[in-house]
Amino acid sequence: MAKYVGYKRPKNTKKALKNLLRYLGYHKWLLLLVAVLVAISSGANIAGTYLIKPVINDYALKGDIPGLIRILLGMAGMYLCGVAATFFYNRLMVRTSQQVVTEIRRDLFSHVQKLPLSYFDAHTHGELMSRFTNDVETVQEALNGSFSMLIQSFLVLTGTVSMLFVLSWRLSFIVLVFLIGMFIFIQYNGKCSKKYFTRQQAALAQVNGFVEEMVAGQKVEKVFNHEQQDLEEFIRRNEALRQASTSALTWSGMMVPVIVSMSYVNYAVSAAAGGLFVLAGLMDLGSLASYLVYVRQSAMPLNQFTQQVNFLLAALSGAERIFDMMEEKPEIDDGDVTLCRVRRNGDGSLTECSEYTGSFAWKQGEELTLLRGDVRFENVVFSYTPGRRILDGISLYAKPGQKIAFVGSTGAGKTTIINLINRFYEIQGGRITYDGIDVRRIRKADLRRSLSMVIQDTHLFTGTISDNIRYGRLNASEEDVREAARIANADSFIRRLPEGYDTMLYGDGSNLSQGQRQLLAIARAAISHPPVLILDEATSSIDTRTERLIEKGMDRLMENRTVFVIAHRLSTVRNSQAILVLEKGRIIERGSHDELLAEKGRYYQLYTGQFELE
Amino acid sequence: MLRKLFSYMKQYKRDALIALICVSVECIFELIVPLLMADMVDVGVANGDRAYIFEKGGWMVLCALLALVLGIGSARFAARCGQGLGANLREAQYRKLQSFSFSNIDRFRIPSLVTRLTSDVTVIQNSVSTGIRPLCRAPVMLVMATGAAFFINKELALVFLVALPVLGFLLFEIVSHVRPLYARMQGAIDPVNRIVQENLTAIRVVKSYVRGDYERQKFEQVNTNLQSESEKAFGLASMNMAAMQLVMYGTILAILWFGGGSIRTGRLQVGELTGFLSYVLQILNSLMMISNVFMMLTRSMASGRRILEIMNEKPEITEEKARPVFVEHGAVRFDHVYFKYSKNAEEYVLSDVSLEIGAGQTVGIIGQTGAAKSTLVQLIPRLYEATKGSVLVDGVPVQEYPLAHLRDAVAMVLQKNTLFSGTVRDNLRWGKEDATDEEIGEACRIACVDEFIGRLEKGYDTDLGQGGVNVSGGQKQRLCIARAILKRPKVLILDDSTSAVDTATERRIREGLARSLPDMTKIIIAQRISSVLSADQIVILDDGKINAVGTHEQLLATNEIYQEIYRSQQEGGQL
Repeated sequence: MAKYVGYKRPKNTKKALKNLLRYLGYHKWLLLLVAVLVAISSGANIAGTYLIKPVINDYALKGDIPGLIRILLGMAGMYLCGVAATFFYNRLMVRTSQQVVTEIRRDLFSHVQKLPLSYFDAHTHGELMSRFTNDVETVQEALNGSFSMLIQSFLVLTGTVSMLFVLSWRLSFIVLVFLIGMFIFIQYNGKCSKKYFTRQQAALAQVNGFVEEMVAGQKVEKVFNHEQQDLEEFIRRNEALRQASTSALTWSGMMVPVIVSMSYVNYAVSAAAGGLFVLAGLMDLGSLASYLVYVRQSAMPLNQFTQQVNFLLAALSGAERIFDMMEEKPEIDDGDVTLCRVRRNGDGSLTECSEYTGSFAWKQGEELTLLRGDVRFENVVFSYTPGRRILDGISLYAKPGQKIAFVGSTGAGKTTIINLINRFYEIQGGRITYDGIDVRRIRKADLRRSLSMVIQDTHLFTGTISDNIRYGRLNASEEDVREAARIANADSFIRRLPEGYDTMLYGDGSNLSQGQRQLLAIARAAISHPPVLILDEATSSIDTRTERLIEKGMDRLMENRTVFVIAHRLSTVRNSQAILVLEKGRIIERGSHDELLAEKGRYYQLYTGQFELE
Repeated sequence: MLRKLFSYMKQYKRDALIALICVSVECIFELIVPLLMADMVDVGVANGDRAYIFEKGGWMVLCALLALVLGIGSARFAARCGQGLGANLREAQYRKLQSFSFSNIDRFRIPSLVTRLTSDVTVIQNSVSTGIRPLCRAPVMLVMATGAAFFINKELALVFLVALPVLGFLLFEIVSHVRPLYARMQGAIDPVNRIVQENLTAIRVVKSYVRGDYERQKFEQVNTNLQSESEKAFGLASMNMAAMQLVMYGTILAILWFGGGSIRTGRLQVGELTGFLSYVLQILNSLMMISNVFMMLTRSMASGRRILEIMNEKPEITEEKARPVFVEHGAVRFDHVYFKYSKNAEEYVLSDVSLEIGAGQTVGIIGQTGAAKSTLVQLIPRLYEATKGSVLVDGVPVQEYPLAHLRDAVAMVLQKNTLFSGTVRDNLRWGKEDATDEEIGEACRIACVDEFIGRLEKGYDTDLGQGGVNVSGGQKQRLCIARAILKRPKVLILDDSTSAVDTATERRIREGLARSLPDMTKIIIAQRISSVLSADQIVILDDGKINAVGTHEQLLATNEIYQEIYRSQQEGGQL
């Protein structure tokens, strides 16, 4: 059956192949075994055809029945070996390919976990997702079938051609000419197909883009009665796609029938020429019979071989993209300061312990420093892309237990600042310290464990509501979960859900409202008992009245903790010890609510509605 | 189900028919070739008749060339009908999609709708384009080749009567067992993709809670499960190759054994035996093809099912009750309205809402997140349909208006609003296709777009990019308001559509609306009390019920919720 031929090519075939082979590791030997089995299987096939001649000439025509029985039994044994080899190499190949792709997926997944956030910013989710789906799939398909088929068709092709030469080297030149002709046609057809498939891809992207935009904007389309215009546009793009893909499929569909027909012409010419040879006494009848069988067999492996080469190249280009991703540098994490639980002794000294005491300490060698939550920025310079400074010499301090708020327009750098505290990104200049220790010296996992974040876009995972809250502390008890939900004022809506805390969430919690999802994110942060809390627009989708309802819980959550708050709504930040107004990567005002109002600067303008955020 | 899908072939049925004919005739020509060959060897070569050899050789070449032309033709027409079917399916789905109500769309979810329109259709169209050939060829081959084999030698052909059922049985067993395995494998792929997807979108959460190991464990579980499921499915599927070889070799041996005997007794010619052997591959291969087509169909069935789900979905909002009535004033009345999103939902989202809005009034709606404010107003232009009770515009139930007219008369600026790729002007013209520059300018003045349009790179001709990425949130909201005003509606609904606009600009927009469009009914949903302060009446919605209706002064004096909201905002300086 004509399969879809991939036309993607690796940029560096040799390197991709080398990488893949290195990756295969011990599976390489299994592949070798597969190759041997394929050779046995194809050998049986070719030899069987070869034996037709002696069967007819030496036994059947001579009436040597015992001899016929012997040779047929011999063939049967050989064929059985062939079938067994086919069975085993197929099984082996499936096993190996599944093991390999499972390993690829596993390694890719672990590697993705380690990549820095800048990588995720630079690549769309669709693109990364396609590594896991499309690229892994082409590698799997190539390993599943193409590898063995490639070897097999190559062996059958060379075997058949050499048999032809053995049987009659003169006649074989006819076949050779046709095979070369076919090869040229296959190449030409491949080139044309590739051209049209590229066009088809472009047209498909046009349709996909349009559908995505329109489906997402459906409500607006309806509200504005814009259906007719959009339908016309859709039909236009759809027709372009139809034309492009009809051409593409015509070219690729033409390949097999053309090759088959050419092989029949080849067959006819060979038969006629062979007949003349027999008449001229250059060949006997039995040889002609088996020769013609070989002629018929010669076209398909050629076709198969070129197709499989295409598949394999497409798979290699997939593998190349996968390996490129695996070669991406993981996050830098060379800190040696770790976090541990401690007991505070009466004399002020600390002892490391394993149970939860509410106190933590930084551990440098044997030295323990109590975690207090003192965060300082000293002249921090940062840019996401070289040349475009986002933070330009930021200095700030948050003393243990203080609540610090950031206010400013979108793009002023608020979210960036908090993303630097937990080292989502690396700073280019200056220093950030945590209890006096440079954050670069703290092991990343421990640094992040000491901070709890509620980020702007709430993300939930497939699982129950309890599971999602427990994400903050995996061993939390059922009662802890409820307590955290109560702090976030989420308990009441959860209990009203059909299955309460056991209600399943799907697709990023799309069965909940944005506000409810934010409440869950707060509960998730609450349960983790962090020394430092970061709230980035954590209540933006919660109305002011509900926000007041959770205020008490939030106050409890923030008690004795250093808290960083970003909020667009000023009521959320007014009771902070310090409010920092950011503009274009610089802090332009710092002070408490009352101080800033008295200053009559930007904060005052914002507060009185004279200035628009965003 | 197949019939239902193929009914969308319509104008391409002719192409399908031509493709089928091409393939069948091509097959016949191909089958004649070995017959001619047998003749050539047995008659021509045996009798030393050169002319005969050339004649038969010529016929063989002619047959092959005809097969070539037909083969190219079949490729062309198969591609036309497959891709044509695909185009028709996409268009039919798109039209259907346009007839969907919001609740239909909510049920399918957006990403799933996009997949159904794109990749699922691609699977079907390519199955048809590439499947026509084997599907038609295999049975023709099977019948013709078996016939030809019987024609050459009846006794020897009996071998096939044994071989065919054996292979058929083996292949049938494999295919029928593989089918459920494929389904299970697909089921195992979904969680793998889901976890990857979740980890990509929520990477910040994973990293900040240091849950990499936990996620890896989760992934490991679904990943190994996928491994074992696909090993089972592919492993069984790969057996058909061995089964095919087993039967083929058996058949060859049997033919050589029986044929060898017949050659000795002279009942069979060498050429006949050779021709016979070449049919072995054709006959058994055609069975193999049939089983392959079934495997492919099994996998594309899933896509077909998903497409049909769309086609079979009943649009919830229809124009059955429409009659030629027109909105003249824009008075809105809710009469004991109840609403829930799905029939199975236990609780009503809106219950017993009764509300009277006079033509030209300004009404503010305020309430907690999840109080169903948006739902309430979306019932007016029939984006959703009330479950019980009725919504009336100018005293006529909304169902009785022609839908397009109703939505022209009731403009709505949605909370989650969208601008489309194209220029600012293109987007504004959504409101009125043939709007003049003056009309656009006027709408933009009211919506305070004129304040920033000059600062955009090319003014009205600035390209917005998908989703309107090149303007800020507040600017986007103002553009959306201008777009709605251009429609000159009788009723304008602003669903929290000034949340990112500063209070001073918001006031100017409000004043502009009141001054320039005094007769238009305005319904404003807002978070900020300042947005609804001057409304003729303010509705407080709480948990899907109307808690109170009144003016700002009345509510501030009597309503507890209103007082609470007022206080919470007073502190934030939002008043």
